[in-house]
Amino acid sequence: MVRFESVGLRYGMGPEVLRDLTFAIEPRSFQFLTGPSGAGKTTLLRLILLALKPTRGFISIFDEDVSHIGGEALTSVRRRMGVVFQDFRLLDHLTTYENVALPLRVQGKEEASYRSEVVELLRWVGLGERMHVLPPVLSGGEKQRAAIARALIVRPELLLADEPTGNVDPNLARRLLRLFIELNRLGTSVLIATHDLNLMDQVDARRLVLGEGRLHIYD
Amino acid sequence: MTMTDDRATAVPQPETGTADSEPATASLRRDQPLVPAGSISGRALVTVIAILTFLAALTACGAVLMARASSDWRADVAREMTIQVRPTSQRDVEADVAKAADIAKATPGIASAEIYSKAEAERLLEPWLGSNLGLAELPIPRIVVLKLANGRQLDPDGLRKALAAAVPGSTLDDHHMWITRLAAMANTVVVIGALIVGLVLVATALAVAFATRGAMAGNKEIVEVLHFVGADDRFIAREFQARFLNLGLRGGLIGGLGAVALIMLLGMLAAVWRSSAGGEQIEALFGAFSIGWEGYAAVLAIAIVVALVTAVMSRVTVRRHLHDIE
Repeated sequence: MVRFESVGLRYGMGPEVLRDLTFAIEPRSFQFLTGPSGAGKTTLLRLILLALKPTRGFISIFDEDVSHIGGEALTSVRRRMGVVFQDFRLLDHLTTYENVALPLRVQGKEEASYRSEVVELLRWVGLGERMHVLPPVLSGGEKQRAAIARALIVRPELLLADEPTGNVDPNLARRLLRLFIELNRLGTSVLIATHDLNLMDQVDARRLVLGEGRLHIYD
Repeated sequence: MTMTDDRATAVPQPETGTADSEPATASLRRDQPLVPAGSISGRALVTVIAILTFLAALTACGAVLMARASSDWRADVAREMTIQVRPTSQRDVEADVAKAADIAKATPGIASAEIYSKAEAERLLEPWLGSNLGLAELPIPRIVVLKLANGRQLDPDGLRKALAAAVPGSTLDDHHMWITRLAAMANTVVVIGALIVGLVLVATALAVAFATRGAMAGNKEIVEVLHFVGADDRFIAREFQARFLNLGLRGGLIGGLGAVALIMLLGMLAAVWRSSAGGEQIEALFGAFSIGWEGYAAVLAIAIVVALVTAVMSRVTVRRHLHDIE
């Protein structure tokens, strides 16, 4: 599904921030990406999201060499992924409902075709009563859940989540984790970037540990 | 993979609550643009577009006004010809003038030939030479004004030859030189008007390009999110284009209506001033300050083209910007 071979990344003429990354994310797999703050977790997620280009090495996503990807192929790859940003990235002028429905709207789908699906998902993540509210009035936890719902609404083949439980209490964190596990059971590969050891201890899953620009894998 | 907390094995269930009563049939999406209205300096851009459209429309109206007036002048001038008979000491000028008028009347295509008397010829010179100068002693050329018949072809060269044979010293002026000069002047005004309209459109396109770049920079995060949730460049460009087309239409409409209102006001003022000497001169120059359907069509076309230029330019700028990001 995702394959990195000897991938390196440097900004400008600076030192390599990521070095010799070689790993794969298999279909229907569940893994954590961890490491200290500043280790490059978000950078690695951005490489998978094709928001950054590596300075060396080979990356393939969904069996497609992405070194020269662009245009429709890039859009097509991104539509197969769901992403939860650390800072949520909700659009403040759209309601919770409109934010969650955004991935379907940009695909040009009619609202009537997805309305009930979005409402159901919003209720599932506990935002049924907050669907007409604008993000600035949502709490951190509610924003987090709205961001997760937005990533899940397209039933992605690969879910990337950057510190998805960073702004919620332990109870809600466990509930969100269950959500990701259920999604994984339904066939989605999940990669959760976190430095929350408690969260990782709840699941016996593969760990990709970033440190000093290198990746160590603990199956 | 196994869960270490048995509570976590429970599948999350959909919540129930007041939201269950939410009607799923009614649209829950407002018609909210993805590019926030407030994120584009819309009012400033509408003002710039309105001013540019106003100037372009006014220029076009001026060109149309001038073209119409010039067309009227040319039609008036082209309906007339003049025979000039220069007095010489050996010949009876009165007999020559009468003979020239008779030849003209007999020529097919001439409706009438009016002889200007010596007194009338002197009166024509008064504005330049003044009165009480004793023009009687001067050999003032005599004039026969010919009116052309509508719809009949005249052979000016044949008439010229007949006059030269019968009345030596006479000349036939078909006003060709004046018509050519008027046409050249009118065409120059129209070309200058078109150039100014073209420059205004270029200025509009550049203003929109700057505004779009500003809007893209201001909405960088939104563009990034749209990319990550699977929007393609065409979709994002369409979102910006829709906003800018709206602004362009508003600016074009305001500017176009402003120009039409000003022309109508000037027309009304011209009607009020018509009784004065100055008013008569203005009317003689520009007609009744009426731009006709051509003028209104030009204003409408400019407003529409300005709106389209705004939309297309924003789309091109966004696509180029997105291409650069990639």
